Amino acid sequence: MKMLTFARRNAREVLRDPLNLCFGLGFPIVLLLLLSAIQANIPVELFEIEHLTPGITVFGLAFMTLFSATIIAKDRGSSLLSRLYTTPLTALDFILGYTLPILPIAVGQAVICYAVALILGLSFTVNILWAVLFMIPVSLLFIGLGLLCGSIFNDKQVGGLCGALLTNLTAWLSGVWFDLDLVGGVFKKIAYALPFVHAVELERAVLAGNFNNILPHLWWVLGYGIAATVAAVLLFLRQMKR
Amino acid sequence: MDAIRIENLTKKFKDVTAVDHLALSVAEGELFSLLGVNGAGKTTTIKMLSCLLRPTEGDAFLLGKSITRDTAFVKSIIAVSPQETAVAPGLTVRENLELICGVHGFSREKQSRKIQELTELLGLSSVIKKKAGKLSGGWQRRLSIAMALISEPKILFLDEPTLGLDVLARSDLWDLIRSLKGKVTIVLTTHYMEEAEALSDRIAIMKDGELLVCATAEEIKKQGGSDKFEEAFVNIVKGVRT
Repeated sequence: MKMLTFARRNAREVLRDPLNLCFGLGFPIVLLLLLSAIQANIPVELFEIEHLTPGITVFGLAFMTLFSATIIAKDRGSSLLSRLYTTPLTALDFILGYTLPILPIAVGQAVICYAVALILGLSFTVNILWAVLFMIPVSLLFIGLGLLCGSIFNDKQVGGLCGALLTNLTAWLSGVWFDLDLVGGVFKKIAYALPFVHAVELERAVLAGNFNNILPHLWWVLGYGIAATVAAVLLFLRQMKR
Repeated sequence: MDAIRIENLTKKFKDVTAVDHLALSVAEGELFSLLGVNGAGKTTTIKMLSCLLRPTEGDAFLLGKSITRDTAFVKSIIAVSPQETAVAPGLTVRENLELICGVHGFSREKQSRKIQELTELLGLSSVIKKKAGKLSGGWQRRLSIAMALISEPKILFLDEPTLGLDVLARSDLWDLIRSLKGKVTIVLTTHYMEEAEALSDRIAIMKDGELLVCATAEEIKKQGGSDKFEEAFVNIVKGVRT
């Protein structure tokens, strides 16, 4: 109950910011439409709708990182979090309270992307539902990264790091925009040591119905997600008990 | 029983001793002020008493419970109105009050009753539906204090409650603080001499983390060798012999 009250407040703060809605929900759709238009004129395998949509849904989650990081960083910057630290809310309440409101927004974003993809020619199969379901662990990864960034950096730094750097990292190192084999070498090794490409390949495997191929990608996503969330909880505990 | 008993409370930040073996007690229902120039250790003391900072040495007991060992209990009986206005800017005044009721686990009935009560007490009805972030500094400060009071604290910490307010808003807040006298134990930090003199039952003067004197305003004037409180304060802080 206490945690849910806090979660409701965070949902309101995120949803009442029109820029959040424009970028979080609108930008992935614009990309989907734009790249599909390019594909219609100059066919590229990477931009075929069944290949492109899982990538765009994962890329769109970079904005969820920005949302969660920004709200925490702003709360830390104001005295609101200090006030809430003196209430019976626990570190776990804070983490869940920041995570839960973003999760339905992330899943909603994926649903909208797949709905647009259906209009653009994606065949409807039950795998779309599975792909949306598997967006939950992927979303938790991106939200966990946001919790961590928001617990370390101030809101201006978060804007630069999550708004610019993370979106670019997600774009370059996920194999959404170009095939990582084209670059290869150290670049590819770095990409596969990070979770973004694994998140995209997990979603592509699920959408294609290749459930045998979801491992090890799922482990990479879960591993990074859990590590980021645990680190954020520890930072919260440290900040609460300074 | 004393509402607050402080025993050798010390806080060191690396080489700087912000609070140095502070020892004093505050009676239940007392309005107690911590007075001092910038860097005297007032806010650090409040932060330790409200479990936001862990003491380096010593302890304090709120209604008999330790701030280091019984933090859950201590958090359940205190409320803090921090120096900077601590409100959720994207929420309305009512939603801010609901947030605090929720994190304290109030039932819906109790929540409605308390919001009605505090809205009347602080005259917030004209702004109840406005977003907190759009309110003037004076209104935000009122809301901040309402958020502190709504949890029915036994001990209320007001850190520089009238900082940055105009004369009328300050006068209104003084009236409010006076109206709370005897009902709740209040610890007030301020560097406005007239505020401490007008409101407090007793005043503690701090300098460089140390307690210089703890007495009534009249006793401080005698000790400082002046009929004027401000002059007496300056004499005590400067160590002028009278």
